[in-house]
Amino acid sequence: MNKEETLLDHMEREGMSRRTFLKYCASLASLMALPPTAAAAMAEALGKARRPSVIWLPFQECTGCTESLTRSHTPSVEGMIFDMISLDYQETLMAAAGHQAEEALHNAMKDNYGKYVLIVDGSVATGLDGAYSCIAGRSNLDLLKEAAQGAAAIVALGSCAAFGGIPKANPNPTGAVAVSDIIKDKPIVNISGCPPIPVVITGVLAHYLTFGTLPELDGLGRPKAFYGETIHDRCYRRPFYDQGKFAKTFDDEGARKGWCLFELGCKGPVTYNACATTKWNDSTSFPIESGHGCIGCSEPDFWDAGGFYKALSTPANPLKYVGAAAAVGVAAGAAVSVANRASKNAAKAAHEKTQLTDLEK
Amino acid sequence: MTASLQKGINALKEVIDAPVASFFASCVHCGLCAEACLFYTETGDPKYTPIHKLEPLKRVYRQEYTLLGRLAKMAGLAKPVSDDELEAWSELVYDSCTMCGRCSMVCPVGNDLTYMIRKLREGMAVSGHAPEGIIMATKRTVDQGGPMGLKWPAVQNVIKHQETDTGLSIPVDQAGAEYMVLLSSMEVVNYPEYLGALARIFNKAGITWTLSSEAYEATNAGIQIGASDLAREIVSRIVNAAEKLGVKKVLSPECGHAYMAIRWEGPNLMGRPYKFEVVHVLEMLDELRAKGVLKMKDKLKTPVTLHDPCQIVRRGGVLNAPEALVREVVVEFRPMTDHGKMNWCCGGGGGASAIHEPAAEALRFTAFKRKKSQLEETGVNTMVTFCANCRITLEEAIDHYEMNTQLLGLTELLAEHLED
Amino acid sequence: MNEMELLTWARGTALNLAIGLFLLGMLWRLVEIYTLGRKPDLAPPRKAEGATGWHTILRRSLSPPGMLKRSPISYIGGYIFHIGLFIVVFLFAQHIKLIQSLTGLYWPGLPSQVIDAVTVVTLATMLLVLFDRINNPVKRFLSTFGDYLAWALTFLPLLTGFLAAKHLLLPYTTMLAIHILSVELLLIALPFTKLIHVFTLFASRWYNGDINGKRGVPV
Repeated sequence: MNKEETLLDHMEREGMSRRTFLKYCASLASLMALPPTAAAAMAEALGKARRPSVIWLPFQECTGCTESLTRSHTPSVEGMIFDMISLDYQETLMAAAGHQAEEALHNAMKDNYGKYVLIVDGSVATGLDGAYSCIAGRSNLDLLKEAAQGAAAIVALGSCAAFGGIPKANPNPTGAVAVSDIIKDKPIVNISGCPPIPVVITGVLAHYLTFGTLPELDGLGRPKAFYGETIHDRCYRRPFYDQGKFAKTFDDEGARKGWCLFELGCKGPVTYNACATTKWNDSTSFPIESGHGCIGCSEPDFWDAGGFYKALSTPANPLKYVGAAAAVGVAAGAAVSVANRASKNAAKAAHEKTQLTDLEK
Repeated sequence: MTASLQKGINALKEVIDAPVASFFASCVHCGLCAEACLFYTETGDPKYTPIHKLEPLKRVYRQEYTLLGRLAKMAGLAKPVSDDELEAWSELVYDSCTMCGRCSMVCPVGNDLTYMIRKLREGMAVSGHAPEGIIMATKRTVDQGGPMGLKWPAVQNVIKHQETDTGLSIPVDQAGAEYMVLLSSMEVVNYPEYLGALARIFNKAGITWTLSSEAYEATNAGIQIGASDLAREIVSRIVNAAEKLGVKKVLSPECGHAYMAIRWEGPNLMGRPYKFEVVHVLEMLDELRAKGVLKMKDKLKTPVTLHDPCQIVRRGGVLNAPEALVREVVVEFRPMTDHGKMNWCCGGGGGASAIHEPAAEALRFTAFKRKKSQLEETGVNTMVTFCANCRITLEEAIDHYEMNTQLLGLTELLAEHLED
Repeated sequence: MNEMELLTWARGTALNLAIGLFLLGMLWRLVEIYTLGRKPDLAPPRKAEGATGWHTILRRSLSPPGMLKRSPISYIGGYIFHIGLFIVVFLFAQHIKLIQSLTGLYWPGLPSQVIDAVTVVTLATMLLVLFDRINNPVKRFLSTFGDYLAWALTFLPLLTGFLAAKHLLLPYTTMLAIHILSVELLLIALPFTKLIHVFTLFASRWYNGDINGKRGVPV
């Protein structure tokens, strides 16, 4: 596979029919809420697209995002598309190591300056000048700043890159931040989720390859096509919520009957993601379908938003200041009380026995 | 003359306590106290809403005894209570409040508004904003022994007359008697038979009793105007005389505020419990009735209703004796719709009847409409009561409205029908 | 700040602060009020059935003779919205869940349809009592900014809670956050407005019952 080969050529060589490819484009277009004509445009553009150079930088991450994208049970079109980018640097997947790998990175950056897509997974450590997380002796912070300069667009993949994720969770010892907290002058798309849904990243890449732009984003920089509705809005258990039928434990009758998991801590009502529609593992299922509430992983600070098993209506730690507040309250009251006593005693001391003449001016 | 705003504010600061603070904190401005106040129900003027009458006390409380109020006062954000304001409030605190206590019965958060009016009057009195009529009554009580200026020789005259009429002796200054009897000037002047009736009842019951030449007047304008120092001076005459004679009990006359002064406020004014017991005349009569000592020779044929004086019933706690005694002496008793502790005031209590300004008198007549409609609802023409002040207020109003209602005093009525 | 961050803040930092400030304000006010003290009553008390402060705390919840007829809106409206608020606050499953997470105590809730109906009735009654406050001459005369503020502070949590539960007007996340924030405003303001009567009314009734009970009058 060389760099000049188009996606269509490659697919034909791999034995995939043009019809399958068109169907893929059509479903992708509909998933992203693009007009039907866009499917043809997409097929044409994708068909002709040359493999763009992609640099993938892993920072404070767990490789779960990579796992999510690569662990397909059967070869898929997503997998094919993934093949079709020129993944010039990806530590987990690349054969090269050590100085060879670093060389590949610098070559890719130099050769494709201004054109490559930068994918980042993992958050950026900023504490101790970034020393918490280094590759080849350089901090993630430095690497990001350098790689971002020549990038055409940045994909912050996964909740860590998008919002800081688990490394940023209290007490955030490494000073972890999101990519968008560091880079302000490049288009960034946040594909949040822990991990994100595979089709979402391929959708975004397809959009970029087709239109040369990033798709429409929501207020958190996420593609609206996938993050436009809450899990709760599209959940198949929603009717039970509306009827007030809730599972109270994971093994009660309600749980067996598939009732709403709200009281077991489901964060579906406040989580924007496509799990309930695209599902996971080749559209097999998603967490709620497996009987576990949504943990809200595609939302900022999901790790600190109260317990996973605490109902949304129950706060995390509301009695935090109770002791101090009680002490200050009693002290304030006592201070007023002392002042009042003095004031009343002064009034009593100032009392002159009332005479008849005191009744008139 | 030495009344001043400063003395007034100081007096308020002295009397504000935890109940007052709790009451002001609890008020939700629901206005239900207005619905219990005859000055509002009969005029429809919201300014007569009881809690509004307490506005100056509330402001002094907030500015002197709350942190936020103190800060506001320091920052100049709180409006201080002024002389002009207290003058304007005089009408609300005296003319249109008889301290009847009805609002305290209905407040849903439990505020005892009457308790607070009594305290507000302490400030009003020494800042010179009490009505002239009550000032005069207070002066007469302190200087001359009673609000009507009744002197001992006049009482001696009544004693002589009643001794002749009843053929019984009326003991004076007799140490060690069971009862020392107090009078109210109005009774002595207008209903001297009261004394004769008591003589017959004591004689029949075999109870020893006495009058005191040093303390025969029970009324106490000091508690009405709201001057505790003067009220103490007045009440101490009675306490000293009774303790000097070593009596077991002091008998309060019918008069409502006299009972309030001697029974409930007295020990608190003196700062100590008495060495004797205070009994209201109706309590004693009811006890004798229950023992079978108080027997009637006949009963009043005309149907009667009862006006319960606020200070004796609702504020005084003599709840059951009046009706039991009335039923003993009449053939038909028709209670008013709101009676007993929910009865409506005559309109002249709490010193109001001593205010003779035309506006205050007109207001009293308007307020009386409540009693008038209560009376008309019962359909009877005879009303019994047991407070000389109620009686005078009611009589004036009955004349004013040219009603043909006959008014009777309960003790007197009992005496008239008492078995010989 | 996005809506999820708003909700997280409302349920986290803001709630911590609100509960802290509520407790602070409440203790301050209660100490300020009840340490003023009172003189003992030296008059020998008269004993009478039912004439104590404790009786009055209970008895004053009923309308005294003749008063219901004189002021039906105050009483009936007052009963409905107070009982309605009680039901919605303490018998709604999600609120019980909250109380359970705070205290460990829980009890059965009412079906959400019942809560919905009670909420609608309570909202309507609160509008009625607001109208009465503006319309009734005494209430209008007594009313200050604080009265309307207290009304709004009580009405808002009820309204936003209803809108959030029914997914009306705004996305659930946003409405839930607004609901929680409105409750926090209520908590913070409670000790410094007439809403403090929620606590002081018991003491006020007790004082009244005690003062008059010593004279043998059950009030």
